[in-house]
Amino acid sequence: MSAETPSPKNVHLWQANYKSAKTLETIIRVLCGFFAVISIATTAGIIGTLVFETIEFFQEVPLWQFLTDTRWTPLFASKQFGIFVLMSATLLTSTIAISVAVPLGLLSAIFLSEYASTPMRKTLKPLLEVLAGIPSVVFGYFALLTVTPFLQEIFDFVRTPIPIPAWLDFLPFTQYYEPDFFLELPFPYLEGFNALSAGLVLGISITPLVASLSEDAIYSVPQGLRDGAYALGATKRETILAVVIPAALSGIVASIILAISRAVGETMIVTLAAGQNPNLGFNPFVPVMTMTAYIVQVSLGDTAVGTLPYKTIFAVGMTLFLMTLTLNIFSFWFVRRFRERYE
Amino acid sequence: MLQDTSSPAVSSAAISVEKLNVYYGSNLAVRDVYLDIPRNQIAAFIGPSGCGKSTVLRCFNRMNDLIASARVEGTIRFEGMDIYPSGEAAKNFDPVELRRRIGMVFQKPNPFPKSIYENIAWGARINGYRGDMDELVERSLRGAAIWDEVKDKLKESGLALSGGQQQRLCIARAIAIEPEVILMDEPCAALDPISTLKIEELMSQLKEKFTIVIVTHNMQQASRVSDRTAFYNAEATDAGGKVGYLVEYDDTEVIFGNPKEEYTRDYVSGRFG
Repeated sequence: MSAETPSPKNVHLWQANYKSAKTLETIIRVLCGFFAVISIATTAGIIGTLVFETIEFFQEVPLWQFLTDTRWTPLFASKQFGIFVLMSATLLTSTIAISVAVPLGLLSAIFLSEYASTPMRKTLKPLLEVLAGIPSVVFGYFALLTVTPFLQEIFDFVRTPIPIPAWLDFLPFTQYYEPDFFLELPFPYLEGFNALSAGLVLGISITPLVASLSEDAIYSVPQGLRDGAYALGATKRETILAVVIPAALSGIVASIILAISRAVGETMIVTLAAGQNPNLGFNPFVPVMTMTAYIVQVSLGDTAVGTLPYKTIFAVGMTLFLMTLTLNIFSFWFVRRFRERYE
Repeated sequence: MLQDTSSPAVSSAAISVEKLNVYYGSNLAVRDVYLDIPRNQIAAFIGPSGCGKSTVLRCFNRMNDLIASARVEGTIRFEGMDIYPSGEAAKNFDPVELRRRIGMVFQKPNPFPKSIYENIAWGARINGYRGDMDELVERSLRGAAIWDEVKDKLKESGLALSGGQQQRLCIARAIAIEPEVILMDEPCAALDPISTLKIEELMSQLKEKFTIVIVTHNMQQASRVSDRTAFYNAEATDAGGKVGYLVEYDDTEVIFGNPKEEYTRDYVSGRFG
């Protein structure tokens, strides 16, 4: 056998066009690069506008006023710019939403991953994710037209005074209330627009996010870890609580933080159901105005471009952006810090 | 001492297996296994891939229960107790209690995402250990020949250790709950030769207190550490699948020196497998 490289006998059948292949590679690379640059440039442009208009705003309104005012009235004659008024509403709705979404989402995730049979998991998980596809405007009207009236009925029922029956008249204090005595619970009145139902429905709308991402994290915990726990005589509950959940913790926390980010930035539900009244405080039964709802109000109104009220929406937008950015950076850090590496 | 030789409870076998068949779904995976695992000895299971040696091992602590499609027929007695009872007894049988008495070490080291200390203490705690936990952790880590390497970093994560150290941590975790039998499913498959040697030395010490069953692909390992060796083989079925069966089970010297079966002789001499 010859030591030379064998050349194919039918050389005319093999005519690769290396030159045009190279040109095509270059075209593809430039094209992909161009579109990648467009998406990055758009993001940079948005942040640039946000920063520019925010600086303009703070040239007219000092930062300390923005942080310390207790009222939010940029559209009135006596202007005040207390961002905490809007922030408290956002915090309120987001807190209610998270207290709904975390237990609901996490427990569904544990059920789907650890207790449900494979066919059940394969059916239920996509169904849960369908919930994430419902437009938020539908959730908003659901909160306003279904949840609020339902809650109002419950509140009214609890508040209805209960007449004290006559046979209780022997009690000493009832004598002071002759002739009619009613037991009345000091229960609040629920307004038509309120943070409670907006928060509850917002929570339901972000539950699929928590459930789906947590389920992915829990399901991807290596089976070997579960086996190790069972082999020590652990029950299923002990295995899940002490081994599976800690192993999936970084993914679970990441899903919760993403859900908080979503709740903070969610617009439609809170605009429709929570109201338009900038109230400082954390009363969930009265109308409030979240940061996003304020931006909607000004954007839809007839505020002239370049005026101070116009610039407020950028300042509010910037605050919102900084909040979600902080959350996302924290989540990024947490996942990298606490991810358990297997294999 | 009175001995009733007719009762399986006082025989010298820790585990005895009679006519064991294991199915995955409708496929028979292993058929007709009969064997006795003697107390305080090391029994090795060898054989080519797919011959069912791990499947049989995982029946001993009912780990196969975790695979929904697995089904076990036949009788396995652990210290005289039927661990696959039928009828009413099956409902009352709790594999959790069985696993408390039969520990297991897996092919891939699987320390929990906890500190080294907690990796040991957790198993003891869930099994209601009321003694001195620090003392138990130290005793277990010493028993697994890893104490000197980790004594200054008990608070660090078990996952930060090397593969060989992780596996010894898993052995320490298994012996911490003071089982009677330790099952080892290819415990050295993911380890380098030096770590392997350490674990083999450890096994020789452990058999004074425990009965050990080890599945291994490494025939030298089986001949070095074990007292008894079971050789399994797989044969093709009419349906096109494979079914494992026990070819021969005898003292390790016999299996490697003068086996009765042709297949065993071919396998241990490296002619196939």
